[in-house]
Amino acid sequence: MSVLVNKDSKVIVQGITGKEGTFHATQMIEYGTNVVGGVTPGKGGQIHLDRPVFNTVEEAVKKVGADVSIIFVPPRFAAEAIMEAANAGIKVVVCITEGIPVQDMVIAKEYIKDMDVTLIGPNCPGVITPGEAKVGIMPGFIHRKGRVGIVSRSGTLTYEAVDQVTKAGMGQSTCIGIGGDPVLGLTTKMAVEQLMNDPETDGIIMIGEIGGGMEAEAARYVRDYGTKPVVGFIAGQTAPKGRKMGHAGAIVGGKDDTAAAKMQILAECGVHVVKSPANIGQKMAELLA
Amino acid sequence: MNLHEYQGKKLLSKYGVKTPKGIVAKTPEEAVAAAKELFAEGSKGCAVKAQIHAGGRGKGGGVKIAKNLEEVKAHASSILGMHLVTPQTSKEGKLVRQVLIEENVFVDGPSEPLEFYVSVLMDREKHQNVIIYSPKGGMNIEQVAEETPELVFKEYIHPAIGLRPFQASKIAFNLGLSGKALKEMVVFVKSLYAAFLGSDASLFEINPCFKSANDEIMAIDCKVALDDSALYRHPDLEALHDPFEDDPTELEAKKYDLNYVNLDGNIGCMVNGAGLAMATMDMIKLSGGEPANFLDVGGTADAERVENAFRIILKDPKVEAILVNIFGGIVRCDRVANGIVDAYNNIGDIKVPIIVRLQGTNADIAKKIIDNSGLNVISAISLQDAANAVAQVVK
Repeated sequence: MSVLVNKDSKVIVQGITGKEGTFHATQMIEYGTNVVGGVTPGKGGQIHLDRPVFNTVEEAVKKVGADVSIIFVPPRFAAEAIMEAANAGIKVVVCITEGIPVQDMVIAKEYIKDMDVTLIGPNCPGVITPGEAKVGIMPGFIHRKGRVGIVSRSGTLTYEAVDQVTKAGMGQSTCIGIGGDPVLGLTTKMAVEQLMNDPETDGIIMIGEIGGGMEAEAARYVRDYGTKPVVGFIAGQTAPKGRKMGHAGAIVGGKDDTAAAKMQILAECGVHVVKSPANIGQKMAELLA
Repeated sequence: MNLHEYQGKKLLSKYGVKTPKGIVAKTPEEAVAAAKELFAEGSKGCAVKAQIHAGGRGKGGGVKIAKNLEEVKAHASSILGMHLVTPQTSKEGKLVRQVLIEENVFVDGPSEPLEFYVSVLMDREKHQNVIIYSPKGGMNIEQVAEETPELVFKEYIHPAIGLRPFQASKIAFNLGLSGKALKEMVVFVKSLYAAFLGSDASLFEINPCFKSANDEIMAIDCKVALDDSALYRHPDLEALHDPFEDDPTELEAKKYDLNYVNLDGNIGCMVNGAGLAMATMDMIKLSGGEPANFLDVGGTADAERVENAFRIILKDPKVEAILVNIFGGIVRCDRVANGIVDAYNNIGDIKVPIIVRLQGTNADIAKKIIDNSGLNVISAISLQDAANAVAQVVK
């Protein structure tokens, strides 16, 4: 089964004719993802990467039955692209774009609130179900089909965890990069919940960061409904208060917002917290042994 | 991006928020001239306020009241050029280059003057803008929230519908106002929220928000942070950026499109990706070192970027070793390795040991390139190897 995306997902790329869109769409197709087309307003009717290009998402849904979208459009148009995709009936929208104005995302989030759509990101590496579909910018080759689900707020740190899991002889069911922005679609808790309910996932790795209460919320879910082992890591134990660490969302607010405070909440909720990022894969291997 | 108090007030008054009359001065002479102007308009005395990006200026002696021109000159002379230390600055403090000379609004009148707290920001749990306010103004709001949580109110604003009039009057009533002051507060709240939205701000904090003895509501201080991602919509605000407020090294890093934050430790680091960079810093600490910086080289770790990153890290004299941690996904590790060797040779004379951990595509080839380079470089592939190497260096 896996979650969010699989081999049957019909994926369109919003911004397919741009530089980023072209590069990553090519990588996704090479991985075996079922990319059925792309959207670039004004370029409808063209063929790009052997796929049809449409002017609107609605047209892509009607003509090629798209149900998953990945967004590579520039920041100033990205919130609009999210709303367009949701409006057209896309079920899973993955927004890679970094640097979308916060107030634009507040509007987009409100717009999609009651719709039957799951937004992942923005400012995220995307989602991959190894061996089936890669809807994101992660390097495909480090993944291996398996039974560990991964949820993370960052890109390369997720790849690090994936690599450790693969090298420890396990594989991944689905890896979800939820993104590092202050306003996100899928939250850590929602992602953990999906993996907890996925029969093809045996264990979950949850990688968080300083800033916000998402990891604590997910941990409370694990405490109340958890049925599988969860390994947790929080990046930013050494980050000073009030300084933004790259991600717009990664900033230590009050004293309950530090990495140490989060790790303590996670541990109290029964999450297996590792202090060093080097021990993520090994810890999961121990728990599933 | 943060604004100075005087810039924030100018922005606020554009949207109809009342602020005291104020003039910026860069020298004591300019300060005296500014005060003369305010005195001529009827101000009895004035405030001399240091303009730096940090709160708690009063505690460090950066805000003073002057009763006459002699005091204006004396205060301006002492504040301008001082390294103002506040609870929010480093130990060295911040050099004060300009002061705001401001009208005295603490005048006599029929009612009792009051100080409130009002701020606007985006609530990250609810993904809605929120107005936070309290009748206890002029103090640290975190302290108020801790000691008297019942005195901190929140009003959430619907993203599509916006601030409704009933919400603005609710805020004014909850602050205990009536009559003219109530009406003024309603206008103040509406104008403040319009300023927040209109400038794509991430924070507007008015503390204190002042009710004068004449029942006028105005912003006596203001802290403004703008959303960097939205600055393209506001070239006029972007132009207000004060480069003197930036750490010079961080500014240089920005020029090279590197994301760098200077810290106090002894191990420099260069990493691709913000999350992995933070995790690498944590690992340095667990290995017995202290991170000297946060540095995200971004997705394309080519020779030029690596060289720029090395140069920036090496500017910090506290750095005793550098850890390079690159997870090569789409970028191939062998290319990064060649970039590192080239950068090393170009800079020449690097005295501190460098630990290079490359993982991902062609990691084995990359390790060989590093090992055969003949440079003072320790190579590693797994994160644990890198951690062990750091522990060796700091021993």
